[in-house]
Amino acid sequence: MSTDLSMTANGKYAIEARHMHVYYGSFRAVKDIALQCPRNHITALIGPSGCGKSTVLRSFNRMNDLIQTARTEGEIIYQGANIYAPEVDPVEVRRRIGMVFQKPNPFPKSIYENVAWGARINGMKGNMDELVESALRQAALWDEVKDKLQQSGYSLSGGQQQRLCIARTIAVKPDIILMDEPTSALDPVATLRIEELIQELKKNYTIIIVTHNMQQAARASDHTAFFNMDSDRAGYLVEYGNTNDLFTNPKNELTEQYITGRFG
Amino acid sequence: MRRDRAHSSRLTHHKRNKMNIRENFDRDLQALQDDILEVGSLVQENLVKVTAALTQRDFEQSRKLVKEDKWVNKRRIAIGMEAFSLIARQQPMAGDMRLIAAVLEIIGELERIHDYVKGIGHINIMIGEEAIPANLLELLPEMAELAAEMLEGALDAFTKRNSELALNVAKRDDSVDKLYNKTYKRVMRYMNDNPSEASFEMAHRVEWAAHNLERAADRVTNICEWIVYLVTGHYKEVQHETYGKG
Repeated sequence: MSTDLSMTANGKYAIEARHMHVYYGSFRAVKDIALQCPRNHITALIGPSGCGKSTVLRSFNRMNDLIQTARTEGEIIYQGANIYAPEVDPVEVRRRIGMVFQKPNPFPKSIYENVAWGARINGMKGNMDELVESALRQAALWDEVKDKLQQSGYSLSGGQQQRLCIARTIAVKPDIILMDEPTSALDPVATLRIEELIQELKKNYTIIIVTHNMQQAARASDHTAFFNMDSDRAGYLVEYGNTNDLFTNPKNELTEQYITGRFG
Repeated sequence: MRRDRAHSSRLTHHKRNKMNIRENFDRDLQALQDDILEVGSLVQENLVKVTAALTQRDFEQSRKLVKEDKWVNKRRIAIGMEAFSLIARQQPMAGDMRLIAAVLEIIGELERIHDYVKGIGHINIMIGEEAIPANLLELLPEMAELAAEMLEGALDAFTKRNSELALNVAKRDDSVDKLYNKTYKRVMRYMNDNPSEASFEMAHRVEWAAHNLERAADRVTNICEWIVYLVTGHYKEVQHETYGKG
Protein backbone atom coordinates (compact mmCIF):
# COMPACT_ATOMS: atom_id res chain seq x y z
CA MET A 1 0.00 0.00 0.00
CA SER A 2 1.53 3.28 -1.06
CA THR A 3 1.06 6.55 0.75
CA ASP A 4 0.91 9.94 -0.87
CA LEU A 5 4.20 11.75 -1.11
CA SER A 6 3.29 14.31 1.52
CA MET A 7 3.35 11.57 4.15
CA THR A 8 7.10 11.30 3.83
CA ALA A 9 7.96 14.95 3.32
CA ASN A 10 7.50 15.99 6.91
CA GLY A 11 4.77 13.63 7.82
CA LYS A 12 4.29 10.37 9.58
CA TYR A 13 6.76 8.26 7.59
CA ALA A 14 10.46 9.06 7.42
CA ILE A 15 11.06 6.74 4.49
CA GLU A 16 9.05 4.39 2.33
CA ALA A 17 9.79 1.56 -0.07
CA ARG A 18 7.35 1.16 -2.98
CA HIS A 19 7.31 -1.89 -5.24
CA MET A 20 11.03 -2.27 -4.68
CA HIS A 21 13.04 -5.07 -6.23
CA VAL A 22 16.80 -5.47 -5.84
CA TYR A 23 18.86 -7.56 -8.25
CA TYR A 24 22.44 -8.73 -8.09
CA GLY A 25 23.08 -9.37 -11.75
CA SER A 26 20.19 -11.50 -12.94
CA PHE A 27 19.40 -12.79 -9.45
CA ARG A 28 16.51 -11.07 -7.75
CA ALA A 29 17.45 -10.80 -4.10
CA VAL A 30 14.29 -9.07 -2.84
CA LYS A 31 10.95 -8.61 -4.53
CA ASP A 32 8.09 -6.16 -4.41
CA ILE A 33 8.89 -4.59 -1.06
CA ALA A 34 6.32 -2.15 0.27
CA LEU A 35 7.31 -0.75 3.66
CA GLN A 36 6.73 2.51 5.51
CA CYS A 37 8.97 3.42 8.43
CA PRO A 38 7.38 5.89 10.85
CA ARG A 39 9.31 8.99 11.81
CA ASN A 40 10.98 8.97 15.23
CA HIS A 41 10.23 5.32 15.71
CA ILE A 42 12.43 2.24 15.67
CA THR A 43 11.62 -0.27 12.96
CA ALA A 44 13.26 -3.69 13.18
CA LEU A 45 13.81 -5.89 10.13
CA ILE A 46 13.94 -9.57 11.07
CA GLY A 47 14.00 -12.85 9.23
CA PRO A 48 16.11 -15.93 8.55
CA SER A 49 19.47 -15.85 6.81
CA GLY A 50 19.19 -14.97 3.14
CA CYS A 51 15.79 -13.31 3.43
CA GLY A 52 17.10 -10.00 2.14
CA LYS A 53 16.73 -7.85 5.22
CA SER A 54 20.23 -6.35 4.93
CA THR A 55 19.68 -5.81 1.20
CA VAL A 56 16.51 -3.88 2.00
CA LEU A 57 18.31 -1.86 4.67
CA ARG A 58 21.15 -0.95 2.31
CA SER A 59 18.67 0.11 -0.33
CA PHE A 60 17.39 2.81 2.03
CA ASN A 61 20.61 4.80 1.59
CA ARG A 62 21.83 3.51 -1.75
CA MET A 63 24.66 1.51 -0.20
CA ASN A 64 23.81 -1.20 -2.73
CA ASP A 65 25.12 1.19 -5.41
CA LEU A 66 28.60 0.30 -4.18
CA ILE A 67 28.04 -3.27 -5.35
CA GLN A 68 28.76 -3.32 -9.07
CA THR A 69 26.15 -5.86 -10.07
CA ALA A 70 23.39 -4.40 -7.89
CA ARG A 71 20.32 -2.85 -9.50
CA THR A 72 17.25 -1.41 -7.78
CA GLU A 73 13.77 -1.13 -9.29
CA GLY A 74 10.85 0.65 -7.71
CA GLU A 75 11.16 3.60 -5.40
CA ILE A 76 12.48 4.64 -2.05
CA ILE A 77 10.64 7.80 -1.10
CA TYR A 78 12.43 10.18 1.25
CA GLN A 79 11.52 13.83 1.70
CA GLY A 80 8.82 13.43 -0.89
CA ALA A 81 11.15 12.23 -3.64
CA ASN A 82 12.58 8.98 -4.93
CA ILE A 83 16.22 8.71 -3.80
CA TYR A 84 16.98 6.61 -6.89
CA ALA A 85 16.00 9.41 -9.27
CA PRO A 86 18.92 10.24 -11.62
CA GLU A 87 19.36 13.77 -10.28
CA VAL A 88 19.79 12.65 -6.68
CA ASP A 89 23.29 12.73 -5.15
CA PRO A 90 23.87 9.41 -3.35
CA VAL A 91 26.54 10.96 -1.11
CA GLU A 92 24.02 13.47 0.18
CA VAL A 93 21.55 10.62 0.65
CA ARG A 94 24.09 8.81 2.82
CA ARG A 95 24.71 11.89 4.91
CA ARG A 96 21.05 12.20 5.71
CA ILE A 97 20.49 8.50 6.01
CA GLY A 98 23.48 7.25 7.94
CA MET A 99 24.56 3.71 8.61
CA VAL A 100 26.11 1.82 11.50
CA PHE A 101 27.56 -1.59 10.70
CA GLN A 102 27.81 -4.90 12.50
CA LYS A 103 31.53 -4.71 13.13
CA PRO A 104 32.47 -1.40 14.74
CA ASN A 105 34.69 0.39 12.22
CA PRO A 106 36.10 3.59 13.70
CA PHE A 107 38.55 5.52 11.56
CA PRO A 108 42.26 5.11 12.37
CA LYS A 109 42.10 8.52 14.01
CA SER A 110 41.60 9.99 17.45
CA ILE A 111 38.24 9.78 19.14
CA TYR A 112 37.78 13.49 18.47
CA GLU A 113 38.68 13.23 14.81
CA ASN A 114 36.42 10.22 14.30
CA VAL A 115 33.51 12.47 15.09
CA ALA A 116 34.81 15.74 13.64
CA TRP A 117 36.16 14.49 10.31
CA GLY A 118 32.83 13.61 8.70
CA ALA A 119 31.27 16.83 9.90
CA ARG A 120 34.18 18.82 8.49
CA ILE A 121 34.04 17.04 5.12
CA ASN A 122 30.35 17.79 4.90
CA GLY A 123 31.03 21.46 5.42
CA MET A 124 29.73 21.78 8.93
CA LYS A 125 30.35 25.23 10.30
CA GLY A 126 30.36 26.41 13.87
CA ASN A 127 32.10 25.27 17.01
CA MET A 128 33.58 21.85 16.30
CA ASP A 129 34.31 21.15 19.97
CA GLU A 130 30.64 21.66 20.78
CA LEU A 131 29.55 19.52 17.87
CA VAL A 132 31.87 16.68 18.91
CA GLU A 133 30.71 16.87 22.52
CA SER A 134 27.06 16.93 21.47
CA ALA A 135 27.47 13.88 19.24
CA LEU A 136 29.39 11.96 21.90
CA ARG A 137 26.78 12.86 24.52
CA GLN A 138 23.96 11.71 22.28
CA ALA A 139 25.85 8.44 21.78
CA ALA A 140 26.14 8.07 25.57
CA LEU A 141 29.93 8.04 25.27
CA TRP A 142 31.01 11.51 26.38
CA ASP A 143 31.60 10.72 30.07
CA GLU A 144 33.81 7.79 29.20
CA VAL A 145 36.01 9.60 26.68
CA LYS A 146 35.93 13.29 27.56
CA ASP A 147 39.36 13.10 29.19
CA LYS A 148 40.97 11.18 26.35
CA LEU A 149 39.61 12.64 23.16
CA GLN A 150 43.03 12.58 21.54
CA GLN A 151 43.47 8.87 22.09
CA SER A 152 42.93 6.56 19.17
CA GLY A 153 39.44 5.28 18.47
CA TYR A 154 40.98 1.83 18.56
CA SER A 155 41.80 2.21 22.23
CA LEU A 156 38.13 1.81 23.08
CA SER A 157 36.28 -1.41 23.85
CA GLY A 158 34.01 -2.97 21.23
CA GLY A 159 30.89 -1.46 22.73
CA GLN A 160 32.54 1.94 23.02
CA GLN A 161 33.76 1.76 19.43
CA GLN A 162 30.24 1.07 18.27
CA ARG A 163 28.96 4.07 20.19
CA LEU A 164 31.78 6.10 18.63
CA CYS A 165 30.52 5.02 15.20
CA ILE A 166 27.04 6.13 16.22
CA ALA A 167 28.45 9.49 17.33
CA ARG A 168 30.24 9.78 13.99
CA THR A 169 26.95 9.20 12.18
CA ILE A 170 25.10 11.68 14.39
CA ALA A 171 27.73 14.37 13.85
CA VAL A 172 26.64 14.92 10.26
CA LYS A 173 23.07 15.47 11.44
CA PRO A 174 21.16 12.73 9.70
CA ASP A 175 17.39 12.20 9.73
CA ILE A 176 17.55 8.47 9.69
CA ILE A 177 20.06 6.04 11.16
CA LEU A 178 20.26 2.59 9.63
CA MET A 179 21.82 -0.13 11.78
CA ASP A 180 22.88 -3.45 10.35
CA GLU A 181 23.08 -5.92 13.26
CA PRO A 182 24.81 -3.28 15.38
CA THR A 183 25.26 -5.45 18.45
CA SER A 184 26.06 -8.86 16.93
CA ALA A 185 29.73 -8.44 17.70
CA LEU A 186 29.21 -7.09 21.20
CA ASP A 187 28.89 -8.68 24.64
CA PRO A 188 25.46 -8.77 26.35
CA VAL A 189 26.02 -5.69 28.50
CA ALA A 190 27.28 -3.60 25.58
CA THR A 191 24.31 -4.87 23.60
CA LEU A 192 21.83 -3.69 26.18
CA ARG A 193 23.55 -0.29 26.38
CA ILE A 194 23.15 0.18 22.64
CA GLU A 195 19.48 -0.84 22.92
CA GLU A 196 18.96 1.73 25.66
CA LEU A 197 20.76 4.28 23.53
CA ILE A 198 18.54 3.85 20.50
CA GLN A 199 15.47 4.44 22.70
CA GLU A 200 16.96 7.86 23.44
CA LEU A 201 18.08 8.46 19.85
CA LYS A 202 14.62 7.94 18.40
CA LYS A 203 13.52 11.23 19.97
CA ASN A 204 15.62 12.97 17.35
CA TYR A 205 16.14 10.37 14.63
CA THR A 206 14.32 7.61 12.85
CA ILE A 207 16.00 4.26 13.40
CA ILE A 208 15.81 1.20 11.18
CA ILE A 209 17.64 -1.81 12.54
CA VAL A 210 18.35 -5.22 11.06
CA THR A 211 18.72 -7.87 13.73
CA HIS A 212 18.83 -11.62 13.75
CA ASN A 213 18.11 -11.50 17.48
CA MET A 214 14.37 -11.71 17.90
CA GLN A 215 14.46 -10.81 21.53
CA GLN A 216 16.32 -7.65 20.60
CA ALA A 217 13.65 -6.75 18.05
CA ALA A 218 10.99 -7.46 20.69
CA ARG A 219 12.80 -5.42 23.37
CA ALA A 220 14.03 -2.51 21.39
CA SER A 221 11.71 -1.70 18.48
CA ASP A 222 8.33 -0.05 17.96
CA HIS A 223 7.55 -1.74 14.67
CA THR A 224 8.79 -5.00 13.19
CA ALA A 225 8.96 -6.19 9.61
CA PHE A 226 9.39 -9.93 9.09
CA PHE A 227 11.01 -11.06 5.84
CA ASN A 228 11.33 -14.56 4.45
CA MET A 229 12.93 -16.21 1.44
CA ASP A 230 10.46 -17.46 -1.14
CA SER A 231 10.86 -20.61 -3.24
CA ASP A 232 12.48 -18.50 -5.99
CA ARG A 233 15.05 -17.46 -3.37
CA ALA A 234 13.89 -13.87 -3.45
CA GLY A 235 13.21 -12.21 -0.13
CA TYR A 236 9.78 -10.77 0.48
CA LEU A 237 7.92 -9.02 3.26
CA VAL A 238 5.67 -11.46 5.12
CA GLU A 239 4.24 -9.28 7.83
CA TYR A 240 4.75 -5.80 9.24
CA GLY A 241 3.21 -4.33 12.33
CA ASN A 242 3.42 -2.92 15.79
CA THR A 243 6.09 -4.89 17.65
CA ASN A 244 3.89 -5.74 20.61
CA ASP A 245 1.15 -7.06 18.32
CA LEU A 246 3.53 -9.00 16.10
CA PHE A 247 5.23 -10.73 19.00
CA THR A 248 2.08 -11.50 21.02
CA ASN A 249 -0.36 -12.27 18.21
CA PRO A 250 1.16 -12.41 14.71
CA LYS A 251 -1.29 -12.53 11.84
CA ASN A 252 0.72 -14.83 9.60
CA GLU A 253 1.40 -18.47 10.47
CA LEU A 254 4.91 -18.16 9.06
CA THR A 255 5.62 -15.25 11.37
CA GLU A 256 4.39 -17.29 14.32
CA GLN A 257 6.65 -20.19 13.34
CA TYR A 258 9.69 -17.97 12.95
CA ILE A 259 9.34 -15.95 16.11
CA THR A 260 8.60 -19.03 18.20
CA GLY A 261 11.76 -20.57 16.80
CA ARG A 262 10.08 -23.37 14.94
CA PHE A 263 12.03 -22.55 11.80
CA GLY A 264 14.83 -20.30 10.72
CA MET B 1 -10.31 -41.43 40.47
CA ARG B 2 -8.49 -38.84 38.43
CA ARG B 3 -9.20 -38.86 34.74
CA ASP B 4 -5.97 -38.80 32.84
CA ARG B 5 -6.27 -36.67 29.76
CA ALA B 6 -2.56 -36.50 29.10
CA HIS B 7 -2.66 -39.13 26.42
CA SER B 8 -5.26 -37.28 24.42
CA SER B 9 -3.87 -33.78 24.56
CA ARG B 10 -1.33 -32.63 22.06
CA LEU B 11 -0.10 -29.21 21.20
CA THR B 12 -1.63 -28.31 17.87
CA HIS B 13 -0.98 -24.62 17.64
CA HIS B 14 2.03 -24.90 15.38
CA LYS B 15 3.08 -27.13 12.54
CA ARG B 16 5.87 -29.55 13.29
CA ASN B 17 8.91 -29.43 11.03
CA LYS B 18 11.02 -32.41 10.14
CA MET B 19 13.41 -31.49 12.88
CA ASN B 20 11.76 -29.85 15.85
CA ILE B 21 14.35 -27.35 16.94
CA ARG B 22 12.46 -26.61 20.13
CA GLU B 23 11.74 -30.14 21.19
CA ASN B 24 12.64 -29.57 24.84
CA PHE B 25 10.52 -26.46 25.02
CA ASP B 26 7.59 -28.19 23.33
CA ARG B 27 7.86 -31.02 25.80
CA ASP B 28 7.80 -28.56 28.70
CA LEU B 29 4.79 -26.75 27.24
CA GLN B 30 3.00 -30.08 26.79
CA ALA B 31 3.76 -30.96 30.40
CA LEU B 32 2.29 -27.64 31.58
CA GLN B 33 -0.84 -28.31 29.59
CA ASP B 34 -1.12 -31.83 31.01
CA ASP B 35 -0.73 -30.42 34.51
CA ILE B 36 -3.72 -28.12 33.95
CA LEU B 37 -5.80 -31.04 32.75
CA GLU B 38 -4.79 -33.15 35.74
CA VAL B 39 -5.69 -30.50 38.30
CA GLY B 40 -8.80 -29.51 36.32
CA SER B 41 -10.08 -33.08 36.30
CA LEU B 42 -9.73 -33.35 40.06
CA VAL B 43 -11.46 -30.02 40.67
CA GLN B 44 -14.30 -31.05 38.36
CA GLU B 45 -14.86 -34.32 40.20
CA ASN B 46 -14.57 -32.80 43.64
CA LEU B 47 -17.21 -30.14 42.92
CA VAL B 48 -19.74 -32.93 42.46
CA LYS B 49 -18.39 -35.10 45.28
CA VAL B 50 -18.37 -32.38 47.93
CA THR B 51 -21.92 -31.35 47.06
CA ALA B 52 -23.05 -34.98 47.28
CA ALA B 53 -21.31 -35.21 50.65
CA LEU B 54 -23.28 -32.18 51.84
CA THR B 55 -26.65 -33.43 50.63
CA GLN B 56 -25.95 -36.92 52.00
CA ARG B 57 -24.48 -35.45 55.23
CA ASP B 58 -21.33 -37.53 54.74
CA PHE B 59 -18.84 -35.85 57.09
CA GLU B 60 -16.09 -38.38 56.40
CA GLN B 61 -16.17 -37.59 52.69
CA SER B 62 -16.24 -33.87 53.44
CA ARG B 63 -13.13 -34.15 55.62
CA LYS B 64 -11.32 -36.13 52.92
CA LEU B 65 -12.11 -33.54 50.26
CA VAL B 66 -11.04 -30.66 52.53
CA LYS B 67 -7.64 -32.37 52.91
CA GLU B 68 -7.26 -32.69 49.14
CA ASP B 69 -7.12 -28.90 48.89
CA LYS B 70 -3.53 -29.03 50.13
CA TRP B 71 -2.53 -31.00 47.04
CA VAL B 72 -4.28 -28.50 44.76
CA ASN B 73 -2.46 -25.59 46.42
CA LYS B 74 0.91 -27.33 46.05
CA ARG B 75 0.26 -28.05 42.38
CA ARG B 76 -0.73 -24.45 41.80
CA ILE B 77 2.58 -23.20 43.12
CA ALA B 78 4.60 -25.86 41.31
CA ILE B 79 2.89 -25.15 37.99
CA GLY B 80 3.37 -21.42 38.51
CA MET B 81 7.07 -21.89 39.22
CA GLU B 82 7.51 -24.03 36.16
CA ALA B 83 5.80 -21.36 34.05
CA PHE B 84 8.09 -18.65 35.48
CA SER B 85 11.09 -20.82 34.72
CA LEU B 86 10.01 -21.27 31.12
CA ILE B 87 9.54 -17.52 30.76
CA ALA B 88 13.07 -16.89 32.06
CA ARG B 89 14.74 -19.65 30.10
CA GLN B 90 12.85 -19.76 26.83
CA GLN B 91 11.67 -16.19 26.15
CA PRO B 92 8.32 -17.38 24.81
CA MET B 93 6.69 -15.39 22.03
CA ALA B 94 3.23 -15.25 20.41
CA GLY B 95 1.25 -18.48 20.88
CA ASP B 96 3.81 -19.92 23.30
CA MET B 97 3.61 -16.79 25.44
CA ARG B 98 -0.17 -16.85 25.37
CA LEU B 99 -0.19 -20.50 26.38
CA ILE B 100 1.99 -19.82 29.41
CA ALA B 101 -0.10 -16.76 30.29
CA ALA B 102 -3.31 -18.81 30.00
CA VAL B 103 -1.81 -21.61 32.11
CA LEU B 104 -0.94 -19.12 34.87
CA GLU B 105 -4.42 -17.63 34.85
CA ILE B 106 -6.21 -20.97 34.62
CA ILE B 107 -4.29 -22.63 37.44
CA GLY B 108 -5.14 -19.64 39.63
CA GLU B 109 -8.81 -20.03 38.84
CA LEU B 110 -8.72 -23.79 39.43
CA GLU B 111 -7.08 -23.28 42.81
CA ARG B 112 -9.80 -20.83 43.81
CA ILE B 113 -12.55 -23.15 42.57
CA HIS B 114 -11.12 -25.86 44.79
CA ASP B 115 -11.13 -23.37 47.67
CA TYR B 116 -14.90 -23.34 47.15
CA VAL B 117 -14.89 -27.14 47.25
CA LYS B 118 -13.02 -26.95 50.55
CA GLY B 119 -15.50 -24.32 51.75
CA ILE B 120 -18.47 -26.57 51.03
CA GLY B 121 -16.71 -29.42 52.84
CA HIS B 122 -16.25 -27.20 55.91
CA ILE B 123 -19.88 -26.07 55.71
CA ASN B 124 -21.12 -29.64 55.92
CA ILE B 125 -18.92 -30.27 58.97
CA MET B 126 -19.92 -27.01 60.66
CA ILE B 127 -23.65 -27.55 60.19
CA GLY B 128 -23.01 -30.95 61.78
CA GLU B 129 -26.00 -32.76 63.24
CA GLU B 130 -28.44 -29.90 62.57
CA ALA B 131 -30.99 -31.14 60.01
CA ILE B 132 -31.17 -29.33 56.69
CA PRO B 133 -34.57 -29.06 54.98
CA ALA B 134 -34.59 -30.93 51.67
CA ASN B 135 -35.81 -27.98 49.61
CA LEU B 136 -32.80 -25.86 50.65
CA LEU B 137 -30.39 -28.51 49.34
CA GLU B 138 -32.49 -29.61 46.39
CA LEU B 139 -30.90 -27.50 43.66
CA LEU B 140 -27.29 -27.79 44.81
CA PRO B 141 -26.42 -31.09 43.10
CA GLU B 142 -27.67 -29.72 39.79
CA MET B 143 -25.59 -26.57 40.30
CA ALA B 144 -22.53 -28.71 40.98
CA GLU B 145 -23.16 -30.88 37.92
CA LEU B 146 -23.57 -27.84 35.70
CA ALA B 147 -20.41 -26.22 37.06
CA ALA B 148 -18.48 -29.48 36.65
CA GLU B 149 -19.75 -29.92 33.09
CA MET B 150 -18.77 -26.34 32.32
CA LEU B 151 -15.28 -27.05 33.61
CA GLU B 152 -15.06 -30.21 31.53
CA GLY B 153 -16.14 -28.22 28.49
CA ALA B 154 -13.56 -25.52 29.23
CA LEU B 155 -10.75 -28.08 29.54
CA ASP B 156 -11.91 -29.62 26.29
CA ALA B 157 -11.84 -26.20 24.59
CA PHE B 158 -8.34 -25.65 26.04
CA THR B 159 -7.06 -28.95 24.63
CA LYS B 160 -8.64 -28.37 21.24
CA ARG B 161 -7.70 -24.66 21.14
CA ASN B 162 -11.31 -23.90 20.23
CA SER B 163 -12.55 -20.43 21.15
CA GLU B 164 -16.13 -21.12 19.96
CA LEU B 165 -16.39 -24.03 22.37
CA ALA B 166 -15.03 -21.86 25.19
CA LEU B 167 -17.57 -19.12 24.53
CA ASN B 168 -20.43 -21.63 24.46
CA VAL B 169 -19.31 -22.99 27.82
CA ALA B 170 -19.19 -19.50 29.31
CA LYS B 171 -22.79 -18.86 28.30
CA ARG B 172 -23.96 -21.75 30.45
CA ASP B 173 -23.08 -19.75 33.57
CA ASP B 174 -26.53 -18.16 33.42
CA SER B 175 -28.18 -21.51 34.25
CA VAL B 176 -26.13 -21.80 37.42
CA ASP B 177 -26.96 -18.22 38.37
CA LYS B 178 -30.68 -18.98 38.02
CA LEU B 179 -30.45 -21.99 40.33
CA TYR B 180 -28.50 -19.95 42.87
CA ASN B 181 -31.13 -17.21 42.84
CA LYS B 182 -33.88 -19.80 43.44
CA THR B 183 -31.94 -21.33 46.33
CA TYR B 184 -31.32 -17.88 47.80
CA LYS B 185 -35.06 -17.13 47.78
CA ARG B 186 -35.81 -20.46 49.44
CA VAL B 187 -33.25 -19.73 52.14
CA MET B 188 -34.73 -16.27 52.73
CA ARG B 189 -38.24 -17.73 52.96
CA TYR B 190 -37.04 -20.42 55.38
CA MET B 191 -35.29 -17.90 57.60
CA ASN B 192 -38.42 -15.77 57.60
CA ASP B 193 -40.55 -18.76 58.62
CA ASN B 194 -38.06 -20.15 61.17
CA PRO B 195 -36.61 -17.22 63.06
CA SER B 196 -34.20 -18.90 65.46
CA GLU B 197 -30.47 -18.56 65.82
CA ALA B 198 -29.83 -22.20 64.98
CA SER B 199 -32.05 -22.03 61.89
CA PHE B 200 -30.44 -18.82 60.70
CA GLU B 201 -26.96 -20.24 61.12
CA MET B 202 -27.76 -23.44 59.23
CA ALA B 203 -29.66 -21.70 56.43
CA HIS B 204 -26.97 -19.07 56.07
CA ARG B 205 -24.32 -21.76 55.68
CA VAL B 206 -26.41 -23.58 53.06
CA GLU B 207 -26.79 -20.33 51.16
CA TRP B 208 -23.03 -19.86 51.37
CA ALA B 209 -22.50 -23.34 49.88
CA ALA B 210 -24.82 -22.42 46.99
CA HIS B 211 -22.89 -19.19 46.60
CA ASN B 212 -19.64 -21.15 46.37
CA LEU B 213 -21.06 -23.22 43.52
CA GLU B 214 -22.26 -20.10 41.75
CA ARG B 215 -18.79 -18.55 42.13
CA ALA B 216 -17.20 -21.76 40.87
CA ALA B 217 -19.18 -21.44 37.64
CA ASP B 218 -18.15 -17.77 37.40
CA ARG B 219 -14.53 -18.80 37.62
CA VAL B 220 -15.00 -21.35 34.86
CA THR B 221 -16.24 -18.44 32.77
CA ASN B 222 -12.98 -16.64 33.56
CA ILE B 223 -11.10 -19.74 32.40
CA CYS B 224 -13.06 -19.61 29.13
CA GLU B 225 -12.08 -15.97 28.62
CA TRP B 226 -8.41 -16.91 28.92
CA ILE B 227 -8.87 -19.77 26.48
CA VAL B 228 -10.32 -17.32 23.97
CA TYR B 229 -7.26 -15.08 24.56
CA LEU B 230 -4.95 -18.06 24.06
CA VAL B 231 -6.57 -18.95 20.73
CA THR B 232 -7.32 -15.54 19.26
CA GLY B 233 -4.83 -13.22 20.96
CA HIS B 234 -7.67 -11.00 22.10
CA TYR B 235 -9.09 -10.85 25.61
CA LYS B 236 -12.78 -10.05 25.97
CA GLU B 237 -14.95 -10.34 29.05
CA VAL B 238 -18.02 -12.53 28.64
CA GLN B 239 -21.13 -10.62 29.71
CA HIS B 240 -22.87 -12.05 32.77
CA GLU B 241 -26.48 -11.56 33.76
CA THR B 242 -26.71 -9.54 36.92
CA TYR B 243 -27.77 -11.04 40.23
CA GLY B 244 -31.45 -11.07 41.05
CA LYS B 245 -32.78 -12.05 37.65
CA GLY B 246 -34.41 -15.43 36.88
